[in-house]
Amino acid sequence: MNFDLTDDQRAIQRTAGEFLAARYKPEELRRLALEEERGFTDEQWKAIAELGWPGLVVSEAHGGLGLGIVELVVVQEQLGYALAPTPFLSDVGAALLLEAGGEDETAAEYLPGVATGERRGTVAVWDADAGWSPTHSALVPGGEDGQPTLTGTKVAVADAAAADFIVVSGADGRHFVVDAGASGLEIEATEALDPTRRLYSVSLSETPARELSLAPEARRRAYEALTTALAAESVGVAQRAMEMATEYAKERQQFGRPIGAYQAISHPCAQMLLETEGARSVTLYAAWALDHEPDTSQLAAAMAKSYAGEAGWRVTAAALQVHGGIGFTFEHDLHFFLKRARANLHAFGDSRWHRRRVADLAGV
Amino acid sequence: MDLTLSPQEEAFRDELRGWLDEHHPGAEPEGDEAGFEFRRSWQKTLHQAGWAGVSWPKEYGGRGASLIEQAIYNEEVTRAKAPAAVNVLGLAMGGPTVIAHGSEEQRKRYLEPILSAEEIWCQGFSEPESGSDLASLKTKAERHGDEWVVTGQKVWTTLAHHAKWCMLVARTDPDAPKHQGLTYFLMDMDQDAVQVRPLAQITGEAEFNELFLEEARIPHANIVGGEGNGWPVAITTLMHERATLAFGLQIQVKIALGELMEKARSTTVNGGSAAEDEIIRDRLAQLYIESEVLRLNAYRGLTHTMKHGVPGPEGSLGKWQWADVNQALTELALDIAGPQALLRSDDWTYRFLRARANSIEGGTTEILKNIVAERVLGLPRLR
Repeated sequence: MNFDLTDDQRAIQRTAGEFLAARYKPEELRRLALEEERGFTDEQWKAIAELGWPGLVVSEAHGGLGLGIVELVVVQEQLGYALAPTPFLSDVGAALLLEAGGEDETAAEYLPGVATGERRGTVAVWDADAGWSPTHSALVPGGEDGQPTLTGTKVAVADAAAADFIVVSGADGRHFVVDAGASGLEIEATEALDPTRRLYSVSLSETPARELSLAPEARRRAYEALTTALAAESVGVAQRAMEMATEYAKERQQFGRPIGAYQAISHPCAQMLLETEGARSVTLYAAWALDHEPDTSQLAAAMAKSYAGEAGWRVTAAALQVHGGIGFTFEHDLHFFLKRARANLHAFGDSRWHRRRVADLAGV
Repeated sequence: MDLTLSPQEEAFRDELRGWLDEHHPGAEPEGDEAGFEFRRSWQKTLHQAGWAGVSWPKEYGGRGASLIEQAIYNEEVTRAKAPAAVNVLGLAMGGPTVIAHGSEEQRKRYLEPILSAEEIWCQGFSEPESGSDLASLKTKAERHGDEWVVTGQKVWTTLAHHAKWCMLVARTDPDAPKHQGLTYFLMDMDQDAVQVRPLAQITGEAEFNELFLEEARIPHANIVGGEGNGWPVAITTLMHERATLAFGLQIQVKIALGELMEKARSTTVNGGSAAEDEIIRDRLAQLYIESEVLRLNAYRGLTHTMKHGVPGPEGSLGKWQWADVNQALTELALDIAGPQALLRSDDWTYRFLRARANSIEGGTTEILKNIVAERVLGLPRLR
């Protein structure tokens, strides 16, 4: 029994933390969010590729590092802490689904490029007119057998304009790979709640696609790994917002005292710690289960996404309240964290949707 | 990271599980006295098999179990729904305090009867005017030759009417700063100057007592840890086994949640089962998640304590979170019951009422938040 990171995992955590702190300072975060068209620069992606991150979850057979989901969440928590705008998570999602294809030809063709960072992917799940379920899609391929085409619209697709290919979900759990520049593919930028992650509407009109052969178990695990990574990102966001709030509470003076001396401020800060640590525990557990205990990983991942999603939101919302008026200004950085936290709560199934899964899996 | 048990830890668990299977004494009889004797006899059985005082060093009659084994012990005993050992305060607090701060003579005198349940212990810390601000306590002790004469009042004294010994913190130096004028005594309860009055609580029963001390006598030799050194000794008592008690609590919540899920499935609401109701289902799932977070925090805390010798930040959170979860759970039980909630028809009414104390007993949630805010987050103190 050892509920702690290994030395290697700590080294990854440290490297990631230092790298991101040096390159994604608050001014840069703001510039990327508000001015950079795709939300990141080629140079930044190159630096991330040099660290090997795009190949983190890609198997060694496909040229990646073949590391576990624990290593992924270690990196993702740091990305959340830095709130680094980057297409990394979108790319990881695509890589996880391709890896889930196992011997699949398309996967074998795409993954080596993904592993080096030369080929970037993203994942499109939400039908334009679908409900809350990220696993429901009505998209049915047309075209000849063996040469499917897709027609329909996917919304809230992260980093689509920066992707070389898009993994698109369809009806009955089928998945397809669509190349950037394919005929009938249109990618339109949409305004997003969270300005640090670019979202697009992706419309497909008889667009040629390749079907990925995914076993249901493998497909599910890929999504669970992706949502667990998202949960880890929310943990990092919460951690940072908590630190911002407690620092502010120590400095800001009102009625002749630092406001952190008042229990109306200090107790919500303590609550932030409770929720952040709880979210961290359940997220690490889910990552470990995905790597080592497939029987429990479904339930663990659903718990992690639900709990960390809400913890991220509540912590950032409470942090804004602690900041008072200054926290509501655009000039302060806190709103970027609040927006990311809320977006993460909804992405790939909101907390309530994941709780429903928990209820089913836990035998309620 | 490895969340599985090692072969030795599994062996420890299996041995205990097998033993509990074989020796479980069944359901506790009704009534205070019968229940007390039942649990006393259960502790004797535990002691004879070496399962009382598992955390205590072997030289003092314990099992010398590692932290993880203690955690497993608390989990398994709770899982088996075995009765609690009767001398719970002696085992969890008194004994460990004597081991840590007592003299060799005191260890020889007091430890064995704690393990065997020959002598029951109670705790005299809180006072009517000193709850959260424990160090402000006023019960005073004056030295007369080889004796101390103690006058004052204590409250929330569990087991006082059965106890032989009371872990008593009293003020021996009224002029010293409040944390420094305190001394930790072992007081013989068997004297007329000690009056015990049961304190009825909102559940209708009386788990606790008030203690009235009117010139009670304590030999000087019964001081633990030295005159004026009572505060750190008391803190040892309060801190003891916190790291591993969390495991009993989290399993308790899991068992209760399992029972609540069963209740939800068997209760009819609007033509279906309560478990199918969207809102009930969502709340049950949320409680399931929170009970898991409680368990996972406890394991993470344990790893931290094993590596660093002291609990990490998540260690301060367990009791607070447990109180939140247990209160939410028992409230949901009444919501599931519908009109039955108006009646005192089953055990859930009792649990619902009893849970109100969870955020008060053993340190209020507000005090725990203060501790987290000041010692973990480094926020300024108001005082």
